[in-house]
Amino acid sequence: MGLLFLAACSNKQSTEKKLPIYGEREPVTKTVNGKEVTDTVYHTIPDFKFTNQYGTEVTAKSLDNDIYVADFFFTSCPSICPIMHRNMLNVYQEFKNTPDVKIISHTIDPGHDSAAVLKKYADNLGVSGNSWWFLQGPKEATYKLAESYLTSVAEDKNAAGGLVHAGYFILVDKQKHIRGTYDGTKPEDTQKLITDIKTLQTEYKNNKTS
Amino acid sequence: MKFGIIAFLLAIIGSIVYSCQSEDKIEFMRYYSAGQALYKTHCQNCHGQNGEGLAALIPPLTDTEYLKQHRKQLACYLKNGLKLPILVNGKAYNGEMPPANLAPVEIAQVLTYVQNSFGNKANVHNIDQVNAELGKCE
Ligand code: HEC
Repeated sequence: MGLLFLAACSNKQSTEKKLPIYGEREPVTKTVNGKEVTDTVYHTIPDFKFTNQYGTEVTAKSLDNDIYVADFFFTSCPSICPIMHRNMLNVYQEFKNTPDVKIISHTIDPGHDSAAVLKKYADNLGVSGNSWWFLQGPKEATYKLAESYLTSVAEDKNAAGGLVHAGYFILVDKQKHIRGTYDGTKPEDTQKLITDIKTLQTEYKNNKTS
Repeated sequence: MKFGIIAFLLAIIGSIVYSCQSEDKIEFMRYYSAGQALYKTHCQNCHGQNGEGLAALIPPLTDTEYLKQHRKQLACYLKNGLKLPILVNGKAYNGEMPPANLAPVEIAQVLTYVQNSFGNKANVHNIDQVNAELGKCE
């Protein structure tokens, strides 16, 4: 009886507030125990291999147990990057002591932004530790990854137009599904991102207990 | 009668002084409000809505002493960019400001705005001053 009550309770919570999953989805039909079952497979972020500001290799696997926010920038960017990272600093301050929430900023100017340049940028921004990584890698790989994120931005009807350099923050869950896209140049969008990360944390907490 | 003339003269002098002052004020307001709009589109992304700068990357525009001491160089900083180790509010910065693509009159306007916002106070920085300063850039 008590169990039933608990189940009903957690059920209610999980339907209460859940973030959508963005990206293409395909129905995949497979045979399980002789029966045909159709499952929905969501777009996931492909694997990658980059170097962070400490010169350490970072792959998609390094983020396996993390909720993370991704963006694209370059250190000598005169236009929107300062605004984005002024806003992202708020996300950093909010979650820097939360081990399973990370931020990764990919440079789109790897020729100039070496690990040393990225380290200096992080220092000047007041970022230390391992909760915000600045990643450098081959330009093609970075653009390919950006595309993988941004096709979802294009799909998200809430996001205003413009793609690669448009300053989006992308929220990715522990299963590497895209759960939200935000205009990184807007403080109010950044506030929503912080709220959504908390919603996602609650989602994981509830799933664990059920 | 005598008093009447004196009063009349005083009134004239007064109104001349007054109208001069208000003309200065009008000039100031014209520069200031144009400068405010220019600040939003050309400077705010880096220096912030309240001139607060960005951590150790971009200096704030709140150091009245710095602005006073460098008043005559500011126009050149905007025209040619700035890439020097500088000390603002007692903190060291060594970043790079790209040249602002602004006409001299716009430089005058945005400088008038900056030097009278974020806690700063100064006289109008007009086009004649800016032109003279730009003639002496290093
Ligand atoms: C791309 C970012 C960027 C933009 C845009 C920018 N600045 Fe700067 N600004 C900087 C940086 C970085 C420095 C410090 C340069 C250095 O360390 O040598 C600076 C320095 C300054 C300084 C001198 C130091 C201080 O803080 O008082 C002033 C004044 C200034 N900027 C005003 C402006 C004005 C006015 C505009 C708009 C017309 C503007 N800046 C646009 C990045 C920027």
